[in-house]
This record gives sequence, structure tokens and C-alpha cells, in this order.
Amino acid sequence: MIPYIIRRLLVLPIILLGVSILIFSLLMLLSPMERVALYATDVPHTADGLERMIKKYGLDDPIQAQYWRWLVGQRDADTGEIKGGILRGNLGWSHTAQMPVMEAIKERFPASAELALFSIIPLLGIGIFLGVQSALHHNQFVDHVLRTFSIIGYSLPTFVFGLLMLMLFYSKLRWFPPERLSQWAKAMVFSPTSGYIQYTHMYTIDALLNGRLDIFWDAIRHIVLPVIGLSYLNWALTLRVMRSSMLEALRQDYVTTARAKGLAERVVINRHARKNALIPVATIGGLIFVGFLSGVVITETIFNLQGMGLLYADAALNLDIVTLLGLALFNSLLFVAGNLTVDILYAFIDPRVRLS
Amino acid sequence: MTIRQILKRLFTNPLSLTGIVLILFFAAVAIFAPVIAPPPPRARDPYDMPRYGYSSVPQPPSSEHLFGTTEGQYDIFYGVVWGTRTAFKAGLIVTAATVLVGVTLGTLAAYYLGGIDNVLMRIVEIFQAFPFLLAAITMAAVLQPKLGRGIWAPMVALIVFGWTTYARLARGDVLSVREREYVLAARVAGAGDLRIMLRHILPNAIFPTMVVASMDIGTYVLSFAALSFLGVGVQVGYSDWGQIIAFARNWIPVLSDYWFIIVFPGMAITLFVLAWNLVGDAFRDILDPRMRGARGM
Repeated sequence: MIPYIIRRLLVLPIILLGVSILIFSLLMLLSPMERVALYATDVPHTADGLERMIKKYGLDDPIQAQYWRWLVGQRDADTGEIKGGILRGNLGWSHTAQMPVMEAIKERFPASAELALFSIIPLLGIGIFLGVQSALHHNQFVDHVLRTFSIIGYSLPTFVFGLLMLMLFYSKLRWFPPERLSQWAKAMVFSPTSGYIQYTHMYTIDALLNGRLDIFWDAIRHIVLPVIGLSYLNWALTLRVMRSSMLEALRQDYVTTARAKGLAERVVINRHARKNALIPVATIGGLIFVGFLSGVVITETIFNLQGMGLLYADAALNLDIVTLLGLALFNSLLFVAGNLTVDILYAFIDPRVRLS
Repeated sequence: MTIRQILKRLFTNPLSLTGIVLILFFAAVAIFAPVIAPPPPRARDPYDMPRYGYSSVPQPPSSEHLFGTTEGQYDIFYGVVWGTRTAFKAGLIVTAATVLVGVTLGTLAAYYLGGIDNVLMRIVEIFQAFPFLLAAITMAAVLQPKLGRGIWAPMVALIVFGWTTYARLARGDVLSVREREYVLAARVAGAGDLRIMLRHILPNAIFPTMVVASMDIGTYVLSFAALSFLGVGVQVGYSDWGQIIAFARNWIPVLSDYWFIIVFPGMAITLFVLAWNLVGDAFRDILDPRMRGARGM
């Protein structure tokens, strides 16, 4: 297994290089005039104002020169210090977030991670449970109801579902507000004098670590709707995969054998069939989780959660090349690492799998 | 299984029959859009939603505006009706184009193997290292200045990052039939590469890809609407369901007063996608009972 892991890790830099070249070429389709908009903070006062700005940032240099500059950085003409350069570990300055890209990721990632952590467990738990029920009552009433719900889950756009929930539970009932915290809680969390320490930047966990149950409760109230919204679609997916793999497992000879031995039906289902049927769900669960970590654009947009997905969408709308590149690299890193982890876990769960 | 048998099963299964009826209904709305919601005289483009005033407050449904108006007084009923055409175009063209590109490249890779296959699979890996929606957002944002704020920028964006799934599927399926006896027989008989691929390999390898594609029409409609919703799709005021729903974003604290901005277009898009999913689901069950319940990831 070790050679397999090493080989997969060796491919990683190639994929990162490919991804960065892909994004870079994409954005180079735009003219320097279109890309300079990001740097222009107000209307230039002279006719050649934009031209000068294009020159200053080297936006009309050949594409390979610009890519190289992003890789190794650039010496500032006035001060002589070297700025940027991904190979020096500097992802550059994000105009969208108004801070270095690295800082932006550090600030935004916990929001996405918190959402992912809260979503994944109920999502998989409920999905697996219902999938098993659906398979056990194959083609009966329960199965039909669950299948219908899961097809609707596929068909209902995340943004429609999210907005409908906000309409009912926020606008009408005022139970679950958008964003991550209420004003008073934010004031407490970000105040330098309150002695509140942000350990993880995940507000629920921080609140518990600081022993502030009121802030914890507030953070929970804010995360309920996004978690439900995020879960529904993926819950439909999990249910479906679990159902089919459970149906498959129930047809296997070892289940018949277990029944023939006279084992209780509960033991047959829980210990023999379900355990084996869980394997494909583990794969999908891993992929869903990695997807959540890279940011869920729509959910974060609707609920105004300042996570990775919202930052990415804003950067794309601004054509902010540096931010997009940084986030894309981070995402592909997550993606490759996540897939690798899933593969390895897979080999642990299922002894029949040989990684080669 | 013959086409006739497939159709018979699609029409006898209650779920897929519901889907077919819904699709026919939407098709009728799309075809008769100029009758149901006639564009105002001197309209520049019938897809532009007509405006009735400039007030910034959405108006509830009334006898003049059946589904109400958004801020800026765009008529929602008009947009929902003409949006049906947009949805059909987005779903069908994007699916057809992604399948065409993906299957062509996947088949070539599996047929010639070697260098072509290696290069193509690395490219697929790079494209897939991006979350699909994020990639499409970037591409659509870049394409907008080039292709204008119509339906083409988001559609091309979805195609550019959508073909990889089908390339992978087609490659796998072609690999499994390329050494079969009938392919070898055709080669011995002196058939050319193109003829072998088109007449002998593809007809025997294409079904699984088609099944996945039939289930993806709805997904592409959703992605297209999502791009419009996020502001990298069609321009404000274009008849597109996602774009109309985007108007709701400014009214979230008082959304229950302006429910009609979400409910009508939201219902349209959900039913539209549901219809395709119902048919695709049944289609897959019929063609390949073994795949029942497992959706290609």
C-alpha cells in the first residue's frame, strides 16, 4: 500500500501545476483592460491612468512571463524586496478579501469546515438508516415514499430550498437567522477586551471552549438552516446508494447462510448485510465531505456565511486571478488528499481491495 | 431490447409516465410561449422580461400580473413562461454537447491507447480536481465579456467542465469491447478505424453513457440556473428561472411578504428537473437493472 500512496502523492504536484496553468490560461483569455478593473479603486483622473496601471502590474506582459511572476514572485522596483511567489510559499494579495490569500483561507476555511462537520454526521446517519429501511421494504409503501422524497431531493435546487426555509423560519417565524452569529455575539467574539479567545474560528466549538453557552446557542441557531439545506440533496444521494447496495447485499449467499444458521433477523441485517453494504457509502461520504470543505457556494451565498465557497464566487465575479488561483490550488490539494484518504480507508474497510 | 419495448415500459411505469406528461406540458408551454405570454410590441428580444414601471418594491400577484412582479417591475409570469424555453435550451444543448465531446475523446483514447490515452486521462484528472460548480463559475465569469450576457457564456462554461465524466465512462466501456471477436473480425475484413469505431464499437458501448446522460439533463438545468442565480449567468431581466429567483436575494428579511418571487419560478424549475429525473430514473432501470439505485459519481 505504501508504494501506492507514494505514487499518488508524486502525481500531486503535476496536478497542482496543471490546475494552476488551466486557471491562468482561462483568465488570460481576458484582455489587460478587462483585468485591470480589479486594481482600479476609483475613476482614473488622467487619460492614460489605466494604461499606467496595466504597465505597473505587468498585465500586458506575455502570458508565460506573468505565470512565472506568479510562481517566483517579483522584485519591487522601489524597495527592492521580493513580493509574492507561490514557490516561496506566498500566495499573493487577495483584492477580494483585502488581505493576503493565505490569511483569507485561514479566516474562511473554519466557516466551511464547521458547516461540513455539522452536516456530515446527520446526513450519513439518516441517509444510511433510511436507505436500509428502503431496501428492507423493497417495493413496498415505505420504499416508494422514500424514493419519491429522494428524487424530489435531486430535483429541488439548493437555492430554492434554502430561500424557502429562510422565508418560513427566518422571515416569518424569526427562529433561525442567516449569517453565523447575531450582532451582540459578534461584538463579544471580536472584541479584543472581552477576553474571548478564538481557538479554532469555528464559533460553536470556540464558544464551548470559552464556556459561553449563550454564544454556543446563538451559533447553533445560525447553523441549523444551512445544515438542513446542505443535507437534503446529499441525503437523497446517500439514501439511494445505501438502498441499492443493501439490496445487493441482501441477495448474497452469506446472508442466506446466516439465515439458514438460524440467526435472528436483526443480527442478519445489522451484522451481515448492512456492514458489507456500507462500503460504497463510505466512498461517497468521503467525497461529499471533501466537497463541503472546498466550500458550498450556493448555501454560503444564501445564508451569507463567509466561507470558502462565497470567497471563491466573489473572486470569480471580480475576476480576481490571484485569489482564484490560490483557492483553486487549495481545493485541488483537498480533493487529491481527500480521494487518497478515501482510497486508503476503503482498503481498510474492505479486505478484498488491493491498492496497486 | 428494442426501442418499442423501452417506450412501452416508460409509458406503463407510473413514475416515468408522470415525468413524460410533465415534460410534454413544459414543451407545450415553451412552444406556445408567444401565445401564452405575448411579448410587448416593439420588444427588442422576446426573452427580455417586460417591465411595468420602475418601482423598486415587488408587487403581489394581480389580474394583470398573474405571478406578481419583481423589484423594477419585471413581470414574473412572462419570465416563467419564456424561461421554459431557456431551460429546454440549456438542458438539451449542454447535455448533447458534453456527451458529444466526452464520448468522442473517450472513444479515441480507448481505441488508440498509448500516448493519446495517457495525455487525455491526465487532462481529465486536472479538470476533475476542480469542484464542478466552482470551475463553471470561473469559466462563465471569464466568458461573459467575450460572449455577452446571454445564455451562451454559462452554457459553454458547463460544457467545458462537464465532458470529463462522459470521457471517462465512454473510455471504460470502449475498452471493454475493443477486443471482442466482432471487432477483430471487422478489422480482419479490412474495415478502417473510423468504420470500426462508429459501426462496431460505439453502438455496443454507448448505452451506459446514454443512461447517465439522460439523468444529467436535470442536473445541467440546475447548474445553469445556479450560475444565473449567482450572477455569472444571463443578464438581469432575461427570462430565466434562476435569474428571477436571484431577485429574492435582496429581500431575505421580509421574504414572506414577497413569497411569489421564489415560489412560482422555484416550482417551475423543480417540476422541470423532477420530470427529467423521473424519466431518466426509469430509463436506467429499464436499460440496466444491475445499475438500479447507483448513480454515477
